[in-house]
Amino acid sequence: MDIKYIYNKTMKSIILKSIVVILFCSLSSCATDDTQTVATFTELVMADEFDTNGAPNPAIWGYNIGTGDNGWGNNELQYYTDRSENVTVQNGVLIITAKEEAFNGASYTSARLLTKGKFQQTYGRFEARIRLPYGKGLWPAFWLLGDDSNGTEVWPQIGEIDIMEYVGNEPTVMFGTVHGPGYSGGQSIGKPYQLENDRFDTGFHIFGIEWGPDYINYYVDDVLYNQITPDDVPGEWVFNRGPFYIILNVAVGGALPGSPNEETVFPQTMLVDYVRVYKSSNN
Amino acid sequence: MKNRKFIYAKLTTIFTLAIVISTISCERDLSSEAEFATFPANGNVFIDAFSSGLNYFPFVDAGADPFAFTVVSDDVFSGSGAMRFDVPSFGNGFVGATFNTTSHRDLSGFDALTFYAKASQSASINSIGFGISGDTDNKYIVELNGLEIDTNWDKYVIPIPDASKLFNETGLFWLAEGASFAGDEGGYVLWFDEVKFEKLGTVAQPSPKIFNGESLSGQSFTGSSIAITGLTQTFNLGSGDNKTVTIAPSYFDFSSSDIEVARVNERGEISIIGEGTAEITATLGGVLAEGSLSITASGGLESAPTPTFPQANVKSIFSDAYINDTESNFTPGFGGSTTETTTPASNGDSFLSYSNNNFTGILFENTVDASGLTFLHVDVYVQEAGVNVGLQIRDIGANQMIETDTNTGFPIADDKDFRFNLTGLTVGQWTSFEIPLAGDIATQKNNLGALILTGGPSFILDNIYFYTE
Repeated sequence: MDIKYIYNKTMKSIILKSIVVILFCSLSSCATDDTQTVATFTELVMADEFDTNGAPNPAIWGYNIGTGDNGWGNNELQYYTDRSENVTVQNGVLIITAKEEAFNGASYTSARLLTKGKFQQTYGRFEARIRLPYGKGLWPAFWLLGDDSNGTEVWPQIGEIDIMEYVGNEPTVMFGTVHGPGYSGGQSIGKPYQLENDRFDTGFHIFGIEWGPDYINYYVDDVLYNQITPDDVPGEWVFNRGPFYIILNVAVGGALPGSPNEETVFPQTMLVDYVRVYKSSNN
Repeated sequence: MKNRKFIYAKLTTIFTLAIVISTISCERDLSSEAEFATFPANGNVFIDAFSSGLNYFPFVDAGADPFAFTVVSDDVFSGSGAMRFDVPSFGNGFVGATFNTTSHRDLSGFDALTFYAKASQSASINSIGFGISGDTDNKYIVELNGLEIDTNWDKYVIPIPDASKLFNETGLFWLAEGASFAGDEGGYVLWFDEVKFEKLGTVAQPSPKIFNGESLSGQSFTGSSIAITGLTQTFNLGSGDNKTVTIAPSYFDFSSSDIEVARVNERGEISIIGEGTAEITATLGGVLAEGSLSITASGGLESAPTPTFPQANVKSIFSDAYINDTESNFTPGFGGSTTETTTPASNGDSFLSYSNNNFTGILFENTVDASGLTFLHVDVYVQEAGVNVGLQIRDIGANQMIETDTNTGFPIADDKDFRFNLTGLTVGQWTSFEIPLAGDIATQKNNLGALILTGGPSFILDNIYFYTE
């Protein structure tokens, strides 16, 4: 979701491989004790359970501040801050709050946290338990960006793995996407996942990927809904090298969600119960 | 299209309450295995035929055509049967009915009434919903206004404001649709199919309102009562769209900050019982409703002088002494208006109470033909000195539209008005005015459409009627 992202409603459907059998039981038949395996990496490497009230742990999280270039490349409307009004930990959850307020020339404020230079990893299982905001113009995300080798590489060559993106005017749908050279922005590769008889802004849901050499598996709760491999992308597979870092943010407006309208309620919050990263015990 | 007021056909109750909680004579605790009897949790209304116990009750007394409804098999969304309503053309009645069960249903496990619908032409349904019930006086009625239906089968969702209230419901589905004026759509067909209550799981983010979400303040009098109006519930649906329904007061829990001044019953009626100030607020399903009313109550208000003209000489807008010539909108919500309007009642007599008025109006739902009439009567009561009220009598012309120069406030196109100042008011008593239908409306008064009220800022009106001596 980084630069010149234009949402393409007709995302390329992904050719599913051996995993297809698992996918077909996604709706109601999968009780938790079923044999479906959504994740196999079990060696915990990093976890932030957000159990200490106040600012997020500075050993893990840094911030992007301001409006970036051209609204973070997407004409986004918010000004990111690290103020407690926009980002704080309370009662066991990280709270990112998007507010409607005049601030340094912007009409909205919010926050964007990242682990760049603090926690980076190649491959692994990246998972967060999140309750999302709602309303036209809200665009929260939980995603990974490849390290830029001290600025010597630029997006989309560095690679981007969007574990969860969501627009607030479609409260039952999220999507997971990869961006790389030849398949970025509107040509990115991914898939939406829609909840049945539930929505993402009324309770917590688990969003995760399990990422290894030549594959990224996407899951929501106990449903593995996609796998992306080098065969699925029309350009170089940039996910077998270099470490990636984690980003959590709530954007307001921009090309993908459109601007808030008169029915959008502010403030809006994204609540994160935890972020956990595992690695394969076989590596 | 305009909202219409319908008188709901009273349903004769043929049902006796089934829950019988027997008193236990000996001293013992309730068994932990005890379960109270419940009604069937059957959400079906009309799938391919009438569901169990369902009956059709057309609003015949209100002028609905009882033969406008049929069950058809030639045009269905799914299965073998659908509901068809033939909406008459203008002037030939309307489609209006409620579908109720003889056996009560427990709807508390659902979150919406859903159905598929289409129309033979694009149309907007005046009113549609559920919760009409003769035995509870429509205690839990829900009404959705202006539902747009197009010519393809689509699914529609009417959210339940608070399902926990609906454990004992008979009114499963109702609608009222007709051509309200000559240019309104009529002479077309509406189909409904797969009408049922569902647990969608995606009806979320409740946002209840009272007084349409406004924070009002007003003056009132001991012994008077005020109805809480503008009651709505809004949900965000799975589609991402907000859906607002107008709902009965009994869905809310009302509260008063000082029950020695004002109390509210479950019907949303505020009773003023003592002098002082009280704030009225509400919650719905634990969610604080937007909107409130701060009431400052003084002693009792005497009634205005009783009108003496016979009904035949009068076309009344607001008076307990006469039958109204037309219904009116007393809260038009003009842009920029700061006016707060309530209609308190004292000893069976209603008043129009205005606070903080800059400009507002009384919009007649049907125009008044005052060709044979000569005066407008109004009684005015003020509680403070220095109050002057500007009154404009507006004829809206043959095109039936209020047309005003937004810069000057004067009528344009085929509109005419006459302006009169209500001055010389005495604090603490009623002053009666007999206003001639003069000036520009002396020769054009057959389409009187509104009274505009300016200034004040706080005053009480009663007995507003046009008459001839």
